[in-house]
Amino acid sequence: MARQGVSLVKLILRNKEFEVKPGMTLLSSLQKVNVLPESIIATRNGEMILEDEILKDGDVVKLIAVISGG
Amino acid sequence: MKCRKCGEKASVNMRQHKLALCKEHYLEWVPEQTERFIEKYEMFSHDEKILVAVSGGKDSLSLWDILIRLGYQADGLYIGLGIDAGINYSGESHRLADEFANEHNLKLHVVDIEKEYGQPIPVLSEISRRGHGKPCAVCGLTKRHVMNRIARDLGYDVLATGHNLDDEAAVLFGNTLSWSGDYLLRQGPVLPSADGLARKVKPLCRFYEREMTAYALLRGIEYIYEECPFAEGSTSIYYKEILNQLENDRPGAKLTFYLRFLEARQSGLFAERNDSTLHLHPCTNCGQPTSAPGLCSFCRMIEKVADKESIVSNL
Repeated sequence: MARQGVSLVKLILRNKEFEVKPGMTLLSSLQKVNVLPESIIATRNGEMILEDEILKDGDVVKLIAVISGG
Repeated sequence: MKCRKCGEKASVNMRQHKLALCKEHYLEWVPEQTERFIEKYEMFSHDEKILVAVSGGKDSLSLWDILIRLGYQADGLYIGLGIDAGINYSGESHRLADEFANEHNLKLHVVDIEKEYGQPIPVLSEISRRGHGKPCAVCGLTKRHVMNRIARDLGYDVLATGHNLDDEAAVLFGNTLSWSGDYLLRQGPVLPSADGLARKVKPLCRFYEREMTAYALLRGIEYIYEECPFAEGSTSIYYKEILNQLENDRPGAKLTFYLRFLEARQSGLFAERNDSTLHLHPCTNCGQPTSAPGLCSFCRMIEKVADKESIVSNL
């Protein structure tokens, strides 16, 4: 949960949600929450973003899993 | 990160190629590369009729989209497996395949396994007791059988599947761990036609799974995002995760693994066994080739299911 007065960045992967501090790159954020960049595509407001993108206060980043199999 | 072609903001970065592209140039690049692979591996020509195996997933729908954009004659084949698992998995996959076909005015053949063979895949698997409690073995066997039957019966020159490089690298990894020589010998972008077997091709075999997801998203293709409920915990996903860890540390590792394998195979690293028992015979029921005289594996499985059902109904 976000603390009062502090805005965080939300990362959503399937039914999991993670929160990281703003100001980090997407790559650092993924490393922080232990998600392999190779296994996802990140979108913000419906646009794809890359690993060097700086995540800002209140950003909601949807992580789309790319692995399928069977 | 900037697009290498126009300098605008990039949408996709491919570290293994040291190439970043914007949406517009990425959507041009993928079909161009696909055409290059089709020609390089001599998969098919513009005069041939292609049957695309369409599951409703990102790879197969993207493949169909790309082939049509490149001007190929490509029809689709959807196989209804009857997997529900509380999420209407097959129903939703079918809807998406159908929707894609309708939107693009394409022909989609549909084979419903339950209608044709009496039971959906999970039940066929349960009754036949193949596959150690998971329906994946029966699913694979059934799909191979049906795809080949439809391609052959409806006069298609070639059967195209949406296997991407991660699929291929995971299979290669598994076959290498067990040194499955026969499988390694047969793995490649093209499996030539043989008596009763349609030519099989994998035009996306050099694209990473991540690249195909990016293509589907950027092109606006609606695909089934939910994983097949039975794929959870599968070996192929486990191998893909391991390979992605490698790729993360060493960009290009997956591509090199696969391409060097193809080169090694081409240069004769894996020799064909000189074994007269490896001749194929037509199945006495369906006519498809099988390694032993009599019924093929698929027809044996269906016969077993029918026998067990008749025993139950006579009780």
